[in-house]
Amino acid sequence: MENLISMRDLSKEETLDILKNAENIEKGRSLPNLQGKLAALLFFEPSTRTQFSFDTAMKRMNGNTIIMSGSKHTSQQKGETFADTLKTIAQYSDIIIIRSPIEGSARFAAEVVDIPVVNAGDGSNQHPTQALLDLYSIKKTQGTLENLKIGLAGDLRFGRTVHSLAQALSNFNVEFEFISPSFLQMPKNIKEDLLDKNISFEESTEIEGNINDLDILYVTRIQKERFADPEDFEKVKNSYVLKKNMLDDVKNNFRIMHPLPRVNEIDTEVDNTKYAYYFTQAKNGVFTRQSIISMLLGEV
Amino acid sequence: MEKQIKVNAIKNGTVIDHIAAGKALRVIDILNLKGNSSVMIGMNLHSNKIGKKDIIKIENRELSANEVNSISLIAPESKLIIIKNFKVISKSKLQIPDKLDHLIVCPNPNCITNLEKVKTKFKVVKKSPIVVRCLYCEKKYAADDVKVHI
Ligand SMILES: [Zn+2]
Repeated sequence: MENLISMRDLSKEETLDILKNAENIEKGRSLPNLQGKLAALLFFEPSTRTQFSFDTAMKRMNGNTIIMSGSKHTSQQKGETFADTLKTIAQYSDIIIIRSPIEGSARFAAEVVDIPVVNAGDGSNQHPTQALLDLYSIKKTQGTLENLKIGLAGDLRFGRTVHSLAQALSNFNVEFEFISPSFLQMPKNIKEDLLDKNISFEESTEIEGNINDLDILYVTRIQKERFADPEDFEKVKNSYVLKKNMLDDVKNNFRIMHPLPRVNEIDTEVDNTKYAYYFTQAKNGVFTRQSIISMLLGEV
Repeated sequence: MEKQIKVNAIKNGTVIDHIAAGKALRVIDILNLKGNSSVMIGMNLHSNKIGKKDIIKIENRELSANEVNSISLIAPESKLIIIKNFKVISKSKLQIPDKLDHLIVCPNPNCITNLEKVKTKFKVVKKSPIVVRCLYCEKKYAADDVKVHI
């Protein structure tokens, strides 16, 4: 592995290697030392949590970071091309971590520079470190990634996180329950990809009553702005809020995940149940990113 | 009479035969035909194999690899015939390549290939009907929905 650009590039074995290394780091069996190594965090769109998570991951391994943030590929305004910006930054740093609203930016960056590149999100396309930390969290709570039934709830049409996760899990033997309003269903091309891999799924339109046979429920936010008519949003919004009383008959190993930040799609009463896993999931993000960075820098 | 036109019209050049009826003009669009070549287009001709077909004949001209790839994308069923001195030198079915570099314009306006000086790279993910995927933004498109660089 030279870069981490897309889950599409990772074999099942490479995926499991990253998760294994993350587990070793979490359990203190492996202590990568990145003293003297510098990561350039290029955030061309704001994402405080992802940036903090990468920053923490570097510093937990004695590494350091330089951070460039801005709303656009900023240097263009001064006449420098994006490629030149990347090549210059590659002279200062050992690894580039890039977030951009433009799809394909990370792939392009990896072609231009000769140091490792990590995609920290490129528009609606990929966010592979999120997908990997989600896999790590599922594996940690269930002990395996095989023979699980996983529910994805909320905006499944525009949500990049759920697309990447479905794609990442399709290398394993899983079943899906897609829970969304009908016009925010999982896109056809993703369902086709799943069927090509013999992954089965069911679709439903409310959380309540559809989670009792699940091992994992992954909740995402439905944005009001997606609805042309605000009244339509009012009609459906309560069907996608997870409440404590819906958990009476769930499985013992059932866990709830969420990429955060949460607005109101998981009632805060749920936080105190043993099923709530979303804050630990965020912590897992640091181990997973430590794992990825240390592997790319050859310091495992 | 028809047969005479087909075979005798060209002394040296290229014939693109068995184009699905109605697609000839799209093929013409992607060929760089400025210059001295004379071009003949036949549309909705009778074909025993595919019912109706279009045909294009280009005098004194061989097609570039890029042009052949473009044709294989938009008219994959067609045949390429090279004529020298009135004789058919070669007759070949088009092969759809696995990769198409610097050829397709990515239809995604938010793709880096449309916003920076980046040449496009596409992978052919299905061959019948043809579906391609952009290497950069990873979006999938049917061949009929993409434009090619001219
Ligand atoms: Zn593209």
